[in-house]
Amino acid sequence: MGNKQTVFTHEQLEAYQDCTFFTRKEIMRLFYRYQDLAPQLVPLDYTSCPDVKVPYELISSMPELKDNPFRQRIAQVFSEDGDGHMTLDNFLDMFSVMSEMAPRDLKAYYAFKIYDFNNDGYICAWDLEQTVTKLTRGELSAEEVSLVCEKVLDEADGDHDGRLSLEDFQNMILRAPDFLSTFHIRI
Amino acid sequence: MAQPLTFVLSVPETPEDHGPEPSPYDESEVHDSFYQLIQEQSQWVAEEGLELQQREPGPPETPGSGHQTLLGPEDPLVHSTATLRILASMPSRTIGRSRGAIISQYYNRTVRLRRRVSRPELRGVGRSARPSLRLYDLELDPVALEEEEKRFLLVKELQGLPVAQRDHVLRGMPLGLAEKRSLREESRTLTRKRRGRRGRRGLLPCCGRLRDACVLVGATCLGGARAARRGPRAQASPLPPLPPQALHSLGLGLLSGLHALMPWRYALKRIGGQFGSSVLSYFLFLKTLLAFNALLLLPLLAFLVGVQAAFPPPASPGAVPAFTGLELLTGAGRFTHTVMYYGYYSNTTLNQPCVPPLDGGQCSREADGLPYNMPLAYLFTVGVAFFITCITLVYSMSHSFGESYRVGSTAGVHAVTVFCSWDHKVTQKRASRVQHDNIRTHLKELLAEWQLRQVPRSLCGRLRQVAVLGLVWLLCLGTALGCTVAVYAFSELMIKSPVSTEQEGALLALPTVVCVLNLGAPYLYRCLAALERHDSPVLEVYVAICRNLILKMVILGILCYHWLGRRVGVLKEQCWENFVGQELYRLMVLDFIFVLLDTLFGELVWRLISEKKLKREKPEFDIAGNVLELIYGQTLTWLGVLFSPLLPAIQIIKLLCLFYIKKTSLMANCQAPRRPWLASHMSTVFVSLLCFPSFLGAAVFLCYAVWQVRPSSTCGPFRTLDTMYEAGKVWVRRLEQAGPSVSWVPWIHRYLVENTFPVYLVSALLLAVIYLNIQVVKGQRRVMYLLKEQISNEGEDKIFLINKLHSVYERKERRAGRTQEAEQLAGDLDTW
Repeated sequence: MGNKQTVFTHEQLEAYQDCTFFTRKEIMRLFYRYQDLAPQLVPLDYTSCPDVKVPYELISSMPELKDNPFRQRIAQVFSEDGDGHMTLDNFLDMFSVMSEMAPRDLKAYYAFKIYDFNNDGYICAWDLEQTVTKLTRGELSAEEVSLVCEKVLDEADGDHDGRLSLEDFQNMILRAPDFLSTFHIRI
Repeated sequence: MAQPLTFVLSVPETPEDHGPEPSPYDESEVHDSFYQLIQEQSQWVAEEGLELQQREPGPPETPGSGHQTLLGPEDPLVHSTATLRILASMPSRTIGRSRGAIISQYYNRTVRLRRRVSRPELRGVGRSARPSLRLYDLELDPVALEEEEKRFLLVKELQGLPVAQRDHVLRGMPLGLAEKRSLREESRTLTRKRRGRRGRRGLLPCCGRLRDACVLVGATCLGGARAARRGPRAQASPLPPLPPQALHSLGLGLLSGLHALMPWRYALKRIGGQFGSSVLSYFLFLKTLLAFNALLLLPLLAFLVGVQAAFPPPASPGAVPAFTGLELLTGAGRFTHTVMYYGYYSNTTLNQPCVPPLDGGQCSREADGLPYNMPLAYLFTVGVAFFITCITLVYSMSHSFGESYRVGSTAGVHAVTVFCSWDHKVTQKRASRVQHDNIRTHLKELLAEWQLRQVPRSLCGRLRQVAVLGLVWLLCLGTALGCTVAVYAFSELMIKSPVSTEQEGALLALPTVVCVLNLGAPYLYRCLAALERHDSPVLEVYVAICRNLILKMVILGILCYHWLGRRVGVLKEQCWENFVGQELYRLMVLDFIFVLLDTLFGELVWRLISEKKLKREKPEFDIAGNVLELIYGQTLTWLGVLFSPLLPAIQIIKLLCLFYIKKTSLMANCQAPRRPWLASHMSTVFVSLLCFPSFLGAAVFLCYAVWQVRPSSTCGPFRTLDTMYEAGKVWVRRLEQAGPSVSWVPWIHRYLVENTFPVYLVSALLLAVIYLNIQVVKGQRRVMYLLKEQISNEGEDKIFLINKLHSVYERKERRAGRTQEAEQLAGDLDTW
C-alpha cells in the first residue's frame, strides 16, 4: 500500500492506525465516508489538522445510524463538546469503539456513557425509563416501563443505592455474552 | 427492591456524647477520618456562608451540557449543598468520568504490565471474567497528584513498553482519539523514529494483528526469561507463567487472520443490516467452515496431490473411458484414475536416485531431488492435516465457550434485554421496526411471566404433557430407526445386484435415497413438534437440533458400516477405497443438489403460496436446519479425506455456491426469526456440534480404517501391506537399522505409541486436570457470592453515612435558623 494519498501525512496515518482498531485502508475509507457527509465543509487535505466539525444532523443521517434509536446519545458521547457535532477524530473514535475488534471493557465503558442520559455518572431510574422508551418506540404503557425499570434495578444494582454505577453495569455486561456482537456497527 | 433504604436514626444531640462504651453512632470513636471531615466541612460552610441553589433533580435543559448535575437517590430527602459537595468528590463518582482518574488507572495498569507483576489477586482471576476497571486499583493517593503529573507518569511508563504492547494499551483506553494521539507522540522516543520502518504495515490486515500478537507473546517470553535470569531474589516465584492474554491474542490473531482472508465484507454487512445477528451467525459459520476446509486442503495439495501429479504413476492398463457428463455426478468413469482418488497414488518411493547399472549405462531419469516415500507421505499428511484441524476446532470451541457461558449467567434477563438486545448492526428501516417489535414483545412476555406467577398445572395436565412428550420422542426415534433400516436394506440390495460399468447412473440410487430421507424426516419432525408445547422457544430449537442430529448421525453410521464392513468384503479384487471415495463424492454432490431444490421449494414456492393463498407473512429463515446441513456436509468431507484427497476442494466450491444461493434466497424470500435468538450461545452450540459428533466420528472412522482394515491389494499406496498403519511401522524398522543417531524415534514408537501404559497415564492426568478445574470454578463461584454480599453491605453503609451526614447538616441549619429567628424576634420586640 503505497503512500499515494494526499489527505494525511504519513505520521498522521500511522498515528490513526496505532490508536484505533482500523488499518490504513479502512481509515481512508472512513475518511471518505466522513467527507461525503459534508463535501463543502470537510477539506480533502488534513495535513494541517483543520478544525472542522460535521453537524449532528448530517451524522445522524448516515445509513448506519439513521434507524438507531440511540443515535443522538452515541453522537453526543463521542463528540468533543457533548453536542453531537463531530470532528474526524470523534468520528474515527466512534467507529473504532463500535467495531468488531474493540475489547469488552472499552465497549462497556462507552455503552454506560451512552445509556447515562443525564451525564451524572450513574444510570438512574429516569435514564432507564428513557432507554426502555427509546427501545420500544413508546409502545409500552407507563406502568410497564416502570415495572421493567424496577426489575432491571433489582437485578443489576449491587449496592442497592437505586441506580447503576459503572461497576454494576460492567458486572451485568459480563453476564451477557451477546453484548460484543450486538454493540457493533459495521462500516 | 430498588428503593433505597430509609433509616430512622436516633442521632444523639452532639457527636461528642460518650456512653459507657462507644456505640456505632459515635463517629469520633469509630470513624476518625469522617468525623474530621464532617467538622471541617461544617466549619467551612459556616465561614463561607454559601448560597448555592439546589438544582431540581431531572433532565438538564440542553442535551449534553458539559457539567454534571448532582442527583441524589430517588427519595424525598433533599440534601444540603454541603452534603452534595462531599458526595460529588466521592471516589465512586469520579471514576470513569474524569480524565485524571482514567489516566491514573492506566498508569497503574501499565506499571503492572511493565514490571510483569504476577497475576492479580483472587478477585481478578478467571479468564472469563475480565476484571473491572476498579480492580486494577485506583490510586486513592493521600498525595493527590495533579493531572499533569499523572499524565507525565503514564507517558513515562508507556515509553518503557515494547511498541506492540504500547499500541495494545493505547487502543484499549477509553480516552478520546486526540488524547491518545498526543500520548503516543509523547511516548515515542527519538530512537524509535526510524524512516520506513513500517513499510509493509497495513498491507494485509490479518498480518498486522498477527505480528502484534506474536510480538506480545515474544515480549512476554523474553520478559519472563529476563526475570528468571535476574535470579530468584528478584522475583518471589520462579519463571512467571506466560500470561494467558498473550497466547489468547495470538490464537485470536490467527483466527481473525483466517477470517480476514475471506471476502464478503459488504454482503455480510447487508445481511446483518437487514436480518440481524441471528441470521448472520449462519453465514459466519459458513465462513468458518470455509476456513477449516482451506486449512485442511493446503497440506494435502502440497504434499500429496502436487507431488503425485508431478510424478504420475505408470498408466493403468485398459482404455481410458471417455468423458461423459455423468462423471460430475457419480465421480466415477473418467475421474477414477486421477489424483482425485486413493487408487491413483503410487506405493513406491518417488524420485528415487537410481543406482547406475554396472555396465556403465546411464540412469533412465534425472534424479536430483529428494526421494519421496509416497505411502509414508500419504499417512503422515492425512494424519497431520487432521491433527491441525482438531487443534483449531478445539481452540475455537473453547474460545467460543469461554465467551458465551459465564458463571451465573442465567440471572439478570431483564437487564440484559434492556441493555444488550438492541442489535446496532441493523440498518434497514423495516428490519429496525421488526427489532423494536421483537424487543417489545419479549419485554411484555417477561413481565407477563413475572406478573402472572404461573398457575401450577394440575397433576392431570402435567401427566398429559409428559405423555405427549414421550410419544413424540418415541415417534421421532422410531422415524430415525425406520430411516436407518431403509438405508441398510437398500444398501444390501445394491450389494446383491452389482452395477455394471454401462449403468453407472444406478450408482446414484443409494445417495438419492439417503438425501431424500435426510430432507424429508426433518419436515416430519417439525409437524410432530407442533403437537408438543414447550415453555421456552429456545428449548424447542435445541430439541429440534437434537432430533435432526440423531437422524443424520445414525444414517451416516450405517453407511460407514456398509462401506467398511460389507463393501470391503464384496469388492475383494477391486479397489474398494476408490469406491468409498466415489460414494462420498456422490453423497456430497447430491446433497448439494437437494439443498438447492429444498431452497427452491421450501423457501421460494412456500413464500409464493403463503403470500398469495394463505395471506401469511414470509417464511422464517430456518437457522438450525441450515446449520445442521452444513455440519452434515462437513462430516462427509472429513470422512472422505483419506480416500479422496481432493474432497475438501469440492467442499470449498460447494460452500462458495451455497453462500450466494442462500444469500439470494434469504433476501428474496425470508424474514428474520421472530423469537429471541441467543446468537452467541447458538454459535457455541454449532461449533461444539461440529467438534463432537461430527469431527470425532470422522476421526474414529479414520482410525478404524487406518488401523484395522486391510487395504486393497491392487491399488493405492498401501497395496502390499496388511494395514495402512504398517507403512509407519516399516519405516520405523528401517530407521532402527539406519543407525544410532535416529534411534530415539523407534524408541518413542515402541514405548510410547505401541505400549498402552502411556495412554492410561495421559488419560489419568487429563482427568485430574479436569477435576481440579471444576474445583477451581466452584471456589470462584463461592468467592463471587461473598463479594456480592460485601458490595451489598457497602452500599448499605454508604446510604447510612449519607443519611447521617445529611442529618448533621440539617441540625446545623436548623440551629442556625433558630438563632436567626430568635435574633429577628428579639429585634422585633425591641422595635415595639
